[in-house]
Amino acid sequence: MTRSILIVGVGGQGTLLASRLLGRTLLAKGYDVKISEVHGMSQRGGSVVTYVRYGDKVASPIVEKGEADIIMSFEELEAARWLPYLKKGGSIIVNTQQMDPMPVITGAAVYPENVLGQLEDLGVDVQPVDALSLAVEAGTPKAANVALIGVVAKNTDIEQSVWEETIRNTVPEKFLDQNLKAFRLGYNA
Amino acid sequence: MKQLLLGNEAVARGLYEAGCRLVSSYPGTPSTEITENAVKYSDDIWCEWAPNEKVAMETAIGASIAGGRAFCAQKHVGLNVAADPLFTVAYTGVNGGLVIAVADDPGMFSSQNEQDSRHYAKAAKVMMLEPSDSAECKEFTKLGFELSEKFDTPVILRLTTRVAHSSSIVELTDRDDVPVKEYVKNMPKYSMLPANAIKRHVVVEERQLAEQEWAETASVNAIEWNDKKIGVIAAGITYQYAKEALGEKVSYLKLGCVNPLPKKLIQEFADGVDTLYVLEQLDPVIEEHVRVLGIDCKGKELFDLKGEYSQAMIKKVILGEEAEYLTTDMEIPPRPPALCPGCPHRGLFSALKPLDVMVSGDIGCYTLGALPPLSMMDTTICMGASVSALHGRNKIRPDEAKKSVAVIGDSTFVHSGITGMINAAYNQSNSKIIILDNSITGMTGHQQNPTTGKRIDGEPTTAIDIEALAHSVGIDRVLVVDPYDIAATREAIKAELEVDAPSVIISRRPCVLLKEVRAKQRKPFYVDPDKCIGCKACMKIGCPAISMKDKKSVFDFTQCVGCGMCKPLCKFDAIKEGD
Repeated sequence: MTRSILIVGVGGQGTLLASRLLGRTLLAKGYDVKISEVHGMSQRGGSVVTYVRYGDKVASPIVEKGEADIIMSFEELEAARWLPYLKKGGSIIVNTQQMDPMPVITGAAVYPENVLGQLEDLGVDVQPVDALSLAVEAGTPKAANVALIGVVAKNTDIEQSVWEETIRNTVPEKFLDQNLKAFRLGYNA
Repeated sequence: MKQLLLGNEAVARGLYEAGCRLVSSYPGTPSTEITENAVKYSDDIWCEWAPNEKVAMETAIGASIAGGRAFCAQKHVGLNVAADPLFTVAYTGVNGGLVIAVADDPGMFSSQNEQDSRHYAKAAKVMMLEPSDSAECKEFTKLGFELSEKFDTPVILRLTTRVAHSSSIVELTDRDDVPVKEYVKNMPKYSMLPANAIKRHVVVEERQLAEQEWAETASVNAIEWNDKKIGVIAAGITYQYAKEALGEKVSYLKLGCVNPLPKKLIQEFADGVDTLYVLEQLDPVIEEHVRVLGIDCKGKELFDLKGEYSQAMIKKVILGEEAEYLTTDMEIPPRPPALCPGCPHRGLFSALKPLDVMVSGDIGCYTLGALPPLSMMDTTICMGASVSALHGRNKIRPDEAKKSVAVIGDSTFVHSGITGMINAAYNQSNSKIIILDNSITGMTGHQQNPTTGKRIDGEPTTAIDIEALAHSVGIDRVLVVDPYDIAATREAIKAELEVDAPSVIISRRPCVLLKEVRAKQRKPFYVDPDKCIGCKACMKIGCPAISMKDKKSVFDFTQCVGCGMCKPLCKFDAIKEGD
């Protein structure tokens, strides 16, 4: 059976590295994997999504409404935006960071109150994580994406060591210690 | 060895394995990563960024005629720029294999139109292959070179965003040893004077028949028989969507070669199924071919001409099944893309805003200046059009030339703004051309260009002296401003608008995302809440790092890069440098 993960956030938050870590780990476990990313204009500070699908044999690289087992969101509003993609009984793992989109900055729109509470009220399994604080604790706010991957990793049946091996093979030497620490803080959060 | 590769990375790997010797491209989403990855094999392949797609393709043609396997890549609109050489290299044919990649963008994630490049293959009478995943991206690239040499033709490799920018598993092999072929002077073949071209056209028509015969039995065009009540013809990513949606419930004819299309194979498949569907994103190219064969099918009367297809859409139309999903009644504000915090283009547009000018726009990061709150882009047509269209406007509305400017980035200026500048000088219009020189090709993700002083591999090279270039084409008024100094930039442009002569104003400041700029970045700024009165003056520049909380301005430390552009906007000295 094919499983689907949605990685959503704001362009520039590091969603592409997260999908790369996820993809390589799944490949190491022997799954067929397809990942679909968005590059170019939509990447500049806009709402971004990466689809990750894995199983015995995967055809389509994209995830449709009602298909995602996990939504991994880098920002609260983005978790709500992509909610329709969640499968019944699926989980939302969300970084508790709020970033005002331009229409909110210009005053044309309002950032909704209590976003995660409203999602929980719908009966959704919401797992909030302060990934930014975990990353700062690990030494750099830039590792928030890897801290979040740590939480996702905990929600899969793939061993911690396989994840860490991928991080070693993917992250440049200079940033490796901070990223491993961020991953472990997320994994044990 | 198995690797997870982007479609574009897999094309680059295919270039390496196929023994390709030259890659020349101009960046364009979603094609850019092909050439960015090909440079990893620069021991074996000469890789370069060309000034535009026409130059890139002509470079690849020259390399092919010289006997080496050659390649160029572009996005769909880039093929418009390179269409001139394409239509004639179809006549001359090749010596070393020539593969031309074009990446279409259904859904327009990063494009100004949604054209379907398959029409080019038909119009130029050139073979076109369309892969459906990364493994096929690699294999079809290699097959493209073989077919190019077999049929003496350029071969187009057509990608779409979801193939180019999706990763899937690819098995790697070694590089084939393909020597450079002998070059023999052959003017009747390579010199397209009318007398020669008339004879070559005969060859092209014969070649197409031979290619079609190949397409009837080629392994890339294959039938998968399952239940025969429904048959689906599809190519590329649409095949994968169909397979996901319909699984083994229907039979498939998967087409890997989309020009020329087979006839007998399609007839055989149609004869074997009760109802035939043709699934293809954008235009009904395959469907029209099927209908011309006199075969009844279902296609665009059920499926859209616009946007992307998906497994859900196919499931809904063919099986009548729809997925259940959750919704919320929360009002979720949209999050459109925005200029980055610290982007020098923000300074330039903030300087222009109060001058109330008509802005003739162009293609690049600065196109985002069209969005609120800057809202500073009257027109956006294609690469280079800002400069030439402003000249045309000024001929119709000469009185308003003092209220009109063109904005164009450094890379786009080299691509096709220079010719427009020459026209403004030569045909004398009071055009005010603002070149936003941020020392990089930005929107496509940081590629070097002829103004940056570096080649694709980072090696130093000559850099265009834009000031000297403008002078040399006959523009006397050339000035340089720093867009971080919004007030000074505004005064300089204001003064220049009053002058009765064409001007080039270079707004110069490197992209804030460049490594060397980030290395010197200041700490995030912050707002002293005791001094902030909540007047929102700092918010007028539309910086994503600045928002209002409890009627005070606050800076997001994860986004602010300490550019300081906002600081002079605050009359209450509430914006502070980070410590």
